[in-house]
Amino acid sequence: MTSEIDIGSRAGFARDDGVAGPPRSTGRLGDRLFALAAQGSGVLLLAVMVAIGVFLIWKAVPALQANEADFLTEQEWNPNANPPVFGIAQLAFGTVMSSFLALVMATPVAIGIALFISFYAPRRLAAGLGYLVDLLAAVPSIVYGLWGLHYFNTTMDDVGRFLNAYFGWIPLFGGDSVGGRSLLTASVILAIMILPIISSITREVFLQVPGSHVEAALALGATRWEVIKLAVLPFGRSGMISAAMLGLGRALGETIAVAMVLSTASGISIHILADGGNTIAANIANSFAEATETGRGALIASGLVLFVITLIVNMTARLIVARRKEFA
Amino acid sequence: MAKRIEVSGLNAYYGRVRAIEDISMTIEPRSVTAFIGPSGCGKSTFLRTLNRMHEVIPGARVEGKVLLDDEDLYGPGVDPVAVRRVVGMVFQRPNPFPTMSIYDNVAAGLKLNGVRRKSLLDEIVERSLRGANLWDEVKDRLHRPGAGLSGGQQQRLCIARAIAVEPQVLLMDEPCSALDPISTLAIEDLIAELKSRYTIVIVTHNMQQAARVSDRTAFFNIAGTGEPGRLIEIDDTGKIFTNPSQKATEDYITGRFG
Repeated sequence: MTSEIDIGSRAGFARDDGVAGPPRSTGRLGDRLFALAAQGSGVLLLAVMVAIGVFLIWKAVPALQANEADFLTEQEWNPNANPPVFGIAQLAFGTVMSSFLALVMATPVAIGIALFISFYAPRRLAAGLGYLVDLLAAVPSIVYGLWGLHYFNTTMDDVGRFLNAYFGWIPLFGGDSVGGRSLLTASVILAIMILPIISSITREVFLQVPGSHVEAALALGATRWEVIKLAVLPFGRSGMISAAMLGLGRALGETIAVAMVLSTASGISIHILADGGNTIAANIANSFAEATETGRGALIASGLVLFVITLIVNMTARLIVARRKEFA
Repeated sequence: MAKRIEVSGLNAYYGRVRAIEDISMTIEPRSVTAFIGPSGCGKSTFLRTLNRMHEVIPGARVEGKVLLDDEDLYGPGVDPVAVRRVVGMVFQRPNPFPTMSIYDNVAAGLKLNGVRRKSLLDEIVERSLRGANLWDEVKDRLHRPGAGLSGGQQQRLCIARAIAVEPQVLLMDEPCSALDPISTLAIEDLIAELKSRYTIVIVTHNMQQAARVSDRTAFFNIAGTGEPGRLIEIDDTGKIFTNPSQKATEDYITGRFG
């Protein structure tokens, strides 16, 4: 908090006019107002975060105390029963699994799109393509949900049956209640939804690659792909990780599209082709309306878990980015 | 390994604008040729046509011939990537790859050429760093980032990176203009050593530098703003600086303009 104040004295309003005493700040009104506004924004952010945290905990604690099962390991979600029995395990698993799958599918494609637009596409095509990708982000998630529910799930049903028939020996693709309203379908839709954010941020990062690095690579006799490998990807790595993590954050929190696509079934299952699965956000959307007092508290507790998961994801991303900072 | 460069009737364009006009010259192997001239006279543009770096700028193109020991760099079917592997380049601002260590910077070009064996890489990296007079300063921190070196060291690192792939020709575009006098001296000493093995072409704004390091000097000039740059004359450096045959050259080197 003190560092921005130090800048003033370090920037050197040193007095060499022979007047004794420490250099005084010129203390202009605009300066002070700006500092106040900046500090205010920072404090406000912290206050909002704390308020959200306090609210979630305050609402969640009574429900958690009434819970008959272990909140962290229980797979059932029956907070409206008497006595209430609920746990986050299945929801957290479904959330992390679907988002992770979405990330795995979306990231390579998004980076490929960004590379194509930045380095391969003819200039006119590149601009149009860029708009098109950004347009994907403008589609409301309810539309993805409707599309997923009424059209895409039949396609995924076929895909699921194919994968199950030929690759069923891989546990992920195993199981016998293969259907279109599966975790995989949700993941594919999530992947499409997070594609634009990852792609456009990566594209921004690629645009910032210094021309001198590109020229250095070219002058060594690098082909286009080698230029990308030598100069572009290393420069853009931390940006790409940030982009992926933002995408993951969006996938973790995505609610309505997932809620519409998944046919809820209880229990953790790694069979991602099977109908069923559930995520924290989708569960909140599906059950908030008819929840009892305890039920709401339980849902809020699940929201708190989602909050923590997202926080961990973001912190991990920062750690990855910071680890080789020396070389950045 | 050093090769002779013969340029004839070379024009370079940025879009519709002609940047240099009808340049012909011969650049001798195992010698240093300096390009001097006022800003905007096309000497850097001309330099960049010698390894086909000019054309990487959108809309830029080149007409004419550049023969590297009888092989036309602009001939049909010649791959610019292959050209750049035999004609190395050092830029005005030191540009080591910031995400790579000193070692990896020097090895970058070798890896492009498919050298994978660790022992061979080690050997060439050491030889190149020694060749660039940098080895003693960095041998204990080869795996530290190249961006952590001083400007002069970074420039020598870039020279090491360029000579690691054993090019035929080494192009230098104002390699000392971002450096202090001590680092400049180090680079100039290095140029004097390198010329026994390479054909070196250096663009410089510093006429004393041209006089110190080069065997031949080419003077470029423009008739006016918006006009293409032209080669006024090329001759032995001693002659250019004492008794040039063109009036414009004499005016320039005596500081009457530019």
